[in-house]
Amino acid sequence: MNRVEKVFQSLKQNREKAFVPYIMAGDGGLETLAEKITFLEKAGATAIEIGIPFSDPVADGPVIQQAGIRALEAGTTLRGVLAKIAEIRPIVHIPLIFMTYMNPLMAYGIGNFISDASKSGVDGLILPDLPAEEEEIIAPIAERAGIEIIRLVTLTSPLERIQAIANKGKGFLYAVTVNGITGARKEFKEELGKHLEKVKDVSSIPVLAGFGISEPQHVKEMNQHCDGVIVGSKIIELFQSGELAKIEELIASSKIEEIKM
Amino acid sequence: MNAAYTLPDERGHFGDFGGRYVPETLMQAILELEEEYKKAQADESFQKELQALLTDYVGRETPLYFAENLTKYAGGAKVYLKREDLNHTGAHKINNSLGQALLALRMGKRKIVAETGAGQHGVATATACALLNLECIIFMGEEDIRRQQLNVFRMELLGAKVVGVQSGSATLKDAVNEALRYWVTNVEDTHYILGSVMGPHPFPMIVRDFQSVIGNETKKQYLEKEGKLPNAVVACIGGGSNSMGMFYPFIKDETVRMVGVEAAGLGTDTNKHAASLTKGTPGVLHGALMYLLQDEHGQIQEAHSISAGLDYPGVGPEHSYLKDSGRAEYESITDDEALDALKLLCKLEGIIPALESSHAVAYALKLAPQMKKDEGLVICLSGRGDKDVETVRARLGGKGQ
Repeated sequence: MNRVEKVFQSLKQNREKAFVPYIMAGDGGLETLAEKITFLEKAGATAIEIGIPFSDPVADGPVIQQAGIRALEAGTTLRGVLAKIAEIRPIVHIPLIFMTYMNPLMAYGIGNFISDASKSGVDGLILPDLPAEEEEIIAPIAERAGIEIIRLVTLTSPLERIQAIANKGKGFLYAVTVNGITGARKEFKEELGKHLEKVKDVSSIPVLAGFGISEPQHVKEMNQHCDGVIVGSKIIELFQSGELAKIEELIASSKIEEIKM
Repeated sequence: MNAAYTLPDERGHFGDFGGRYVPETLMQAILELEEEYKKAQADESFQKELQALLTDYVGRETPLYFAENLTKYAGGAKVYLKREDLNHTGAHKINNSLGQALLALRMGKRKIVAETGAGQHGVATATACALLNLECIIFMGEEDIRRQQLNVFRMELLGAKVVGVQSGSATLKDAVNEALRYWVTNVEDTHYILGSVMGPHPFPMIVRDFQSVIGNETKKQYLEKEGKLPNAVVACIGGGSNSMGMFYPFIKDETVRMVGVEAAGLGTDTNKHAASLTKGTPGVLHGALMYLLQDEHGQIQEAHSISAGLDYPGVGPEHSYLKDSGRAEYESITDDEALDALKLLCKLEGIIPALESSHAVAYALKLAPQMKKDEGLVICLSGRGDKDVETVRARLGGKGQ
């Protein structure tokens, strides 16, 4: 069983919610990656989403765009990140999921990438520019290698489409909470809770909400309607400003609700 | 192959190229667009409405002009100019903008977003929006805003909001990124009028079809004048819309050479060019698999051309396919060669071509002398050069002579 499946099985058994932080590999230099990952694991992250920088990230807002630019300026490459992950993997127990765009993978060679990612201990892949219509190019090879494709559903996806997508993977479903790009939001659409519950209804795998989530209050709200959250831009900002206690607080906010229940 | 040319396939692929590599949020919008486009194609009243606008508003058909002085100068094949520069707004871009604006209306979307490089597509889209009473927002790289100030002012006069883009190279590629981000955020009431034969399916097909009026007219006009088909058609390529519009009606006519001319900038042996087909490799950008200028790690490289409209590091998926299949040929022309061709066309024919189109003129001047005198070639003169006069003046140090 893949690490992603395992960790969600154990969350379910313990009636806990997931918290998946996002960091940009190479932001602040690749040498800081190990320390960020171990910090997040210790703070209680369920899994970690690791961004691989791309020059033209159309699904990302300003914070992640800037982090990507910093990472590229620091000379970060996919090959370099894979080597670093292989080095860190023995001391990290939670799933590590890459988030990137198709082009860096194609330049690497999709077959080569999957094989090297599998050897390095990468557990999943999130590809925001790969809708279900195009996934044949990578999904079968990835899944054979035990790497989960984490698929996205959005507010504009019709229910049958959500259902079709939700029945594909064994990892979790990434429910995008806004029409738009990544980056902190103050508030969400009122119907979001209902939308998330509909998604959960048709999904055979856990549903995590992501995009725009930046406050402990958001985390608690989302967790009432789904199985956990993904937080990106805010985590990047807090690492930038060195406010590590606030990261711990955010992650902890996903645990509190459970104690009450 | 060509007799059965029916691309793209139902998934929007041209061989390995094309496709729909877009965020899930946009999938519904592009599926809806595809559906609506199919209906519009079969709808006589839509076709009539577009045809009427192309005739009475754009001023089609545009002339196919025998450039006798240029022909004598080149000393070979007869050289014809397809005068897209005479369209309303001064370039071929209006053919597509009007078509897509009508599609937006059919879908009940009254807000339009578009990207622009040289500003020609922005002006054409702002024009269509003014005419049809649509809200219009245009993303344009800051570098292009600097190069094309007059077009920015034109768009604003026409009621569009122009938003500068500072990221990356601050040119067309970055304007597309920002337009896509805007569309993802406002997809429910906004249509994206993509200006070239690129982006996710169905855009490359829709833009090609709306631009095919260029090749269809050329074919008919050339037959009327010469009683046969031309031996070659030559057009410049940034994303590839005027060339695709010229080529498509000739794809099955295998005797007609189709030559696309990319921008070689300072030279294809430097890193300052925009020759994606000549020097690039396949990859995914802006929703499609196509030839791209990229480094070994798949990071997109900045393109360079004196002409803002060719300054793009990719090229439409159908061109990528036509290159690999060998049906079309792709060449490149440097900044200096394009400038010389611009000056030459001014002096010989009294026509100031756009810097983009000057690339096609420059290559035609190399090709014509290699052809026989009873053969003929058609240059797609995709736009007029008024917008470039400032750039050219600066480059020539103010000397018009």
